[in-house]
Amino acid sequence: MSVESVFPQLEPLLPRVSKPVQYVGGELNATVKPWEQANVRWALMYPDAYEVGLPNQGVMILYEILNELPDVLAERTYAVWSDLEKLMREHGVPQFTVDGHRPVKAFDVLGVSFATELGYTNLLNALDLAGIPLHAADRTTDDPVVLAGGHAAFNPEPIADFIDAAVLGDGEEAVGQITDIIRAWKADGRPGGRDELLTRLAETGTVYIPRFYDVAYAEDGRIASVTPNRERVPEVVAKRTTMDLDAWPYPKQPLVPLAESVHERMSVEIFRGCTRGCRFCQAGMITRPVRERSIDGIGAMVQQGLAASGFEEVGLLSLSSADHSEIGEITKQLADRYTGTNTGLSLPSTRVDAFNIDLANELSRNGRRSGLTFAPEGGSERIRRVINKMVSEEDLIKTVSTAYANGWRQVKLYFMCGLPTETDDDVLQIAEMARNVIRAGREASGQKDIRCTISIGGFVPKPHTPFQWAAQTDPDTVDARLRKLREAVNSDRRIGRSIGMRYHDGKPSHIEGLLSRGDRRVGRVIERVWRDGGRFDGWSEHFSYERWVAACDAELTPLGVSLAWYTTRERTEDEVLPWDHLDSGLDKQWLWDDWQDAIDEREQDDCRWTPCFDCGVCPAMGTDIEIGPTGRKLLPISPVGQGTPVRNPALTQ
Amino acid sequence: MRYAKRGRLRFTSHRDVARAFERALRRAGVPMAYSQGFSPHPKISWIGAAPTGVASEAEYVEVQLVAAVDPSALARALDEALPPGLDVLDVVAAGPGSLADRVDAAEWLVEMPGVSSDTLRAAVDRLLAEEHVMVSRRTKDGTREIDVRPAVIRAEVADPADGRPAVGIDMPAGDGPCGILRMVVRQTTPAVRPDDVLSALRVVAALDQPVPAKATRLAQGRLDDVGALSDPLAPDRAASAG
Repeated sequence: MSVESVFPQLEPLLPRVSKPVQYVGGELNATVKPWEQANVRWALMYPDAYEVGLPNQGVMILYEILNELPDVLAERTYAVWSDLEKLMREHGVPQFTVDGHRPVKAFDVLGVSFATELGYTNLLNALDLAGIPLHAADRTTDDPVVLAGGHAAFNPEPIADFIDAAVLGDGEEAVGQITDIIRAWKADGRPGGRDELLTRLAETGTVYIPRFYDVAYAEDGRIASVTPNRERVPEVVAKRTTMDLDAWPYPKQPLVPLAESVHERMSVEIFRGCTRGCRFCQAGMITRPVRERSIDGIGAMVQQGLAASGFEEVGLLSLSSADHSEIGEITKQLADRYTGTNTGLSLPSTRVDAFNIDLANELSRNGRRSGLTFAPEGGSERIRRVINKMVSEEDLIKTVSTAYANGWRQVKLYFMCGLPTETDDDVLQIAEMARNVIRAGREASGQKDIRCTISIGGFVPKPHTPFQWAAQTDPDTVDARLRKLREAVNSDRRIGRSIGMRYHDGKPSHIEGLLSRGDRRVGRVIERVWRDGGRFDGWSEHFSYERWVAACDAELTPLGVSLAWYTTRERTEDEVLPWDHLDSGLDKQWLWDDWQDAIDEREQDDCRWTPCFDCGVCPAMGTDIEIGPTGRKLLPISPVGQGTPVRNPALTQ
Repeated sequence: MRYAKRGRLRFTSHRDVARAFERALRRAGVPMAYSQGFSPHPKISWIGAAPTGVASEAEYVEVQLVAAVDPSALARALDEALPPGLDVLDVVAAGPGSLADRVDAAEWLVEMPGVSSDTLRAAVDRLLAEEHVMVSRRTKDGTREIDVRPAVIRAEVADPADGRPAVGIDMPAGDGPCGILRMVVRQTTPAVRPDDVLSALRVVAALDQPVPAKATRLAQGRLDDVGALSDPLAPDRAASAG
């Protein structure tokens, strides 16, 4: 079957839409393979705008791994903005990939990476534009397998009706295994149709097929049971873990868009997983154990990535980058190597610690000196014990004082509002902390023009965390606390004018809470919101709280549940949670005990430096902590060049 | 250097092109000069820039280096590093004088699918017969009135059979008529862009386009007495030869 590019139909529409370059593809390092020569074809979607989706590391990694397989092709697709959507519907142009501009419906798999639940309406819109039946039950053997991944896939129940499958955890090895199963099934002449293919996927034990599980509900609305409804399907689906990061040095050839994107830099993931144990942090819980990339693995990726991309900045990514066992050596040796090349390094996530200022100075040696960011997360010592974010105000003040004394002018602090057991006082102490930062900074720098920005997000309880049982704080309470905080910040004008405050109202977090801890019944709400025009719910200018509330009233009330039932209700220990049959490796009893510790304001150490505390992941998944130090050095130590990070013999005279 | 912006890459904005160039220069290992200060930037100056959606065979840019390099080696290395569609056409070592001073007009080719040559010719004649033609352009801050006619030095309808330039220009797919307009437009303030001329054709002759037109810049330079354009890189070439 030949598949034609839709570009000739799309091209005349492009002069009529904003930022047309986002739809034309042609990114540096993009791949377009001949359709006919591939046995298995993946369309990979990031369900948000191109400028947000393109830099996504997960999609970039899987795209490259799949395209390296000789008989496999992978192309990318993103959510289209409403101006183009309208024209596509008018002119019958289907959802397309930006690489070959091929219709998404023609692929074997549509893999969708969900970093956030607010992308669900964009999934529905893409399916509809693609001409793929919205409900998995209505699809035929000719439709792609709609496969969800990313952190939100650890509870895919709200989108269970719309996806065929979900993969929990790391994708590097999973996509190869799924490809093998599809290739074999197609080569056999598609025996047993779609049903057999999905069953073979389920048999791996690591691909979740929602339709193979029946959910029964009790009178009170809670889940009574989740049970497999056929043979060959596991009771519990386990997450995937890529153990050796050095064996998977992706992306090797980072995609570089023509259009502007949200991250204008290349990224190297320096380790995966985190055992700091912040109780609100789903990423830290579901990505255990810690697995480091070695210093020479990092050095090679930086060198290759810069040569392949031309970026001026390298982000050293992880959940807490300063925790790499050799971070001091990594930053120093990279800074030495790229002296004089205008190549900046950044550590997007750092903990509060004086060590970080040395790091930060090292990082900014060859590039632009932007602001420093820290995340104390909670305003009071008490609430920080509850969330297990062990940062003392004294440490913070010491750190920022050093930063200001070293010439940094701007410090950004991240906090959350609406945390379990939180009171007004916990939040008001954020203002006190910011004032102390400014006082200390003015003294340390001897200047008045320093700034501190406090950025506050609404807390959303997430599955597979100790807070999965917690009541979410209702948006009115969150908004009221933020108002009081703003008044407190502004109460002292002489200091308040140096403090910036950024926050959103609590409404989007409330809906994110519904989608995070929802079950299959929430699917009806998502569908109604999409039918009522809901798109791009992660964008405040497109998000409509009223639309979601109305859809909840219409769809949930007849079932005896409600928006509040899913969000502000505290769960009990015996409740069957919608994701109990999805195994992140964390022991449920350990999570419950950690939740009790949180309520009692008891902290928990990090297992990298203290004995194992039995969260359950390593024994359940057959994994172990993988950390250095290796003691190895990056070569060459001498700077590579002047004005460019790449040595080109043809241009040296 | 002179470069082209072709095919799908005509949908890039000037900012997109600038970013792609900076990255390609780094990948190609070109020893760029950077500005000093807190936020160093490579020293690159752009001469005009074709608008988003418009292709070009004649874009010009100056790049300052910290070491002498062979221009043809640089052209090869940079062209290889740029995405297909951003193509380096000519690189010379800069001589004295400003490149910007050597450009005051541009030649354009506009393809209009669905418009017959006769209809287009009649409209162009009407335009040239006027002394002033005001059109309004939508900008970020509202609409702006522009007098198009004085900037138009020459305009003629090319015959599709022999009017197709050989270089990398997309011709519309399908049969149907396609009017081709060739014109020389002087640089003015505010700038008159190809779509402003099309608006002027709409104003004077109610010319209607069923499909969006494709415009391509063919050349830039200084107008001589007979309305031809000089090569902006010629003085540099002469300087390095001498």
